[in-house]
Amino acid sequence: MIGVIDYGMGNLRSVQNALVFLGYETELISRPEGLSAPSHLILPGVGSYAAAMKNLRRQNLEGEIKNQVAQGKPFLGVCLGMQLMSTTGTEGGEVLGLNLVPGSVVPLDLPAERLVPHVGWNRLEKRVDHPIFQGVKPHIDFYFGHSYQFKPGAVGDVLAFADYGGDLVAAVSRKNAVGLQFHPEKSQDAGLKIVQNFCEWGGSC
Amino acid sequence: MLKTRIIPVLLLKNGRMVKGKQFAGFRDVGDPVSAARIYNAQNADELAFLDIEASGEGRKTLLDVVGKVSKECFMPLAVGGGVTSVEDVRELLRAGADKVIITSAAVENPELICQAARIFGNQCVIGGVDVKREGEKYFVYTHSGKIKTNLDLIAHLRDLESRGAGELFVNSIDRDGMMQGCDLELASVVKENTRRPAILCGGAGHFMHLADAVQKAGVHAVACASLFHFGDNNPVRARSYLKNLGVPVKNIK
Repeated sequence: MIGVIDYGMGNLRSVQNALVFLGYETELISRPEGLSAPSHLILPGVGSYAAAMKNLRRQNLEGEIKNQVAQGKPFLGVCLGMQLMSTTGTEGGEVLGLNLVPGSVVPLDLPAERLVPHVGWNRLEKRVDHPIFQGVKPHIDFYFGHSYQFKPGAVGDVLAFADYGGDLVAAVSRKNAVGLQFHPEKSQDAGLKIVQNFCEWGGSC
Repeated sequence: MLKTRIIPVLLLKNGRMVKGKQFAGFRDVGDPVSAARIYNAQNADELAFLDIEASGEGRKTLLDVVGKVSKECFMPLAVGGGVTSVEDVRELLRAGADKVIITSAAVENPELICQAARIFGNQCVIGGVDVKREGEKYFVYTHSGKIKTNLDLIAHLRDLESRGAGELFVNSIDRDGMMQGCDLELASVVKENTRRPAILCGGAGHFMHLADAVQKAGVHAVACASLFHFGDNNPVRARSYLKNLGVPVKNIK
């Protein structure tokens, strides 16, 4: 069963719809004790970093998420969920994140001709062949919508970049945790393939 | 490289999909859920749903349509029409919308744009502007083109941007449904005076009109309805056409 973490930061429906469409059993998890039963965990979310971390802490989810990831459970953060995997965020004030992948989340800093947010379809420049990208052709585009970016501490944690007036981090990973800046659940067939790859992934690279 | 989006618009009235000319004379063009399924099969870049009824009854229908579409169409859904509160935004996002288009309320209660952007992020909030050209001047309208405001277009666009709208959906009332081409001057006004991705809507009747909006006026995205409703045209053909002209479009295979 795939657990979708429900911490009041919208858009859980889309991720769940994708899982149901792909034929996976799924449950919304809003309490820490619910995090152990699922085989895989997904942290979706849209909104501000600070508000999101506040909600995760208020629901006592932070510690148990870290614990489950430390035990090797496959974990996927999507969009804001990916950003929360960082060490610190700056949206809505400087706050500590889940620290699953060292790094910070800062406003997009782009050449003058590039508009913020980075919204629309863009391709991935893959750095690493990760199981989550299995069967996804290199030139396929995915849907992005964000004004902040993940700046990882170690470039080795980057799975893929997207080109928007320079390299934006599009996917990160450390051990059994993967984060995607784009929305696989909104990226049609190739996006669904990535969701499926995650659900079939045992957590090792 | 970011790709140009072509966004089919589905106007809703009494649960049906309709299309008119210059925001009037609506005729029935089918069932919105079926249409969304077809656009999904054609890998449309995004869908925009606009409820022109914007009544209590219309709201329920809109939520129902968005809920059904989001279960099987895995692409971005932008939804608007009668959004007047943070609760309305939340409800639409919960139903499966990814972005909410706020038009009339952005004039009547601009603070709503700030609140929605703060809570849901600015990538979630699209500032809608219905514009009519009279002589050399542009006028901002609300309530599906029924009420004329005395707002200055540029000042209004900048206000939407500074309050946190992540995208601007600019709809030309006089070009709507006419299929004679988009208002490229309007697009230039938007581009020159704001720093947000703009979606230009109204007037496309041929794929060439989409290309013009992108190549001559530099818009990020073009939204259209009649082009796809009333001809043997679809997003697949639109992408091929634009690709041949050198416009970057989404790769799906």
